[in-house]
Amino acid sequence: MSILHTVNKSPFEKNNLESCLRYVKSGSAVLLIEDGIYAALKNTCFEKEMATAMKEVNFYCLAPDMKARGFSESKIMDGIKMVDYAGFVDLTIEYDKVQAWL
Amino acid sequence: MKFIIQVNKGPYQHQTADSAYQFISAALAKGHEVLRVFFYHDGVNNGTRLTAPPQDDRNVVHRWSALAAEHDLDLVICVAAAQRRGILDEREMNRLDKDAHNLAPGFRISGLGQLIEGVVLSDRLVVFGD
Repeated sequence: MSILHTVNKSPFEKNNLESCLRYVKSGSAVLLIEDGIYAALKNTCFEKEMATAMKEVNFYCLAPDMKARGFSESKIMDGIKMVDYAGFVDLTIEYDKVQAWL
Repeated sequence: MKFIIQVNKGPYQHQTADSAYQFISAALAKGHEVLRVFFYHDGVNNGTRLTAPPQDDRNVVHRWSALAAEHDLDLVICVAAAQRRGILDEREMNRLDKDAHNLAPGFRISGLGQLIEGVVLSDRLVVFGD
C-alpha cells in the first residue's frame, strides 16, 4: 500500500520530517507543504538526508507555499517535483492513503 | 473521488484554514466530491460568525460559509471541542443555559461520530493542522 505523507513543519523547527523519513516506505511519497518546504531547499544541512531518502521515495513540494516564502524553483533540490493545489489533489488520489505528520 | 477533510486549527492562528480551503477549492474544481469538512480541536473557531477581521484581510469564516452555500458542503463542528471554546448554536445555547449563540451560516454542531462516518463513506481523509 502506498502512502502520501504530508510534512508541514520546517526541519529547523520540529522533527516531523525526520520522524516521517523513519517510517516512509519505498514507493511512497512525501509532499512538503507550508513550512515543510524549507526541507526542499538546496545546500541546507538536511540535503544529504533528503538525497538519501529520494532514492526510494518520491518527493513533492507545494509551489504556492514555496513562492509565498520567497523561494523560486531554482532554490529547490533537483529531483523534487513541484505541484500546485490541483497537483496536491491528484497526489492524494494517486496514493492509497494520506498521512499528515502534524 | 470522495474526500473528507479534517481541520484542527483556528483561523488567524496558523496556515491550516487557508491550506484546507485551497485544497477543498481545488478538489471541487476538479469535479471531486467533498463529503464533509470536520472541524476539530481549535479548528472549531472557524465556525464563529462573530469574527470581524479588517476589510483588507480575507474573512476566513465568511469564506467557509460562502463555499458551503455554493457547493452544498457539510461543515461539521465537533461538539465537545466547541463547548470548551464557546462555539454554540441556538440549541446548545438553550441546553447549556447561555445568553448567546455564535455559529456561522453553513456550519452545524455534531459529534465525533460524524468524522468516523465520513471516513467510512469517503475514499480519502486529508488532515490539516499544526
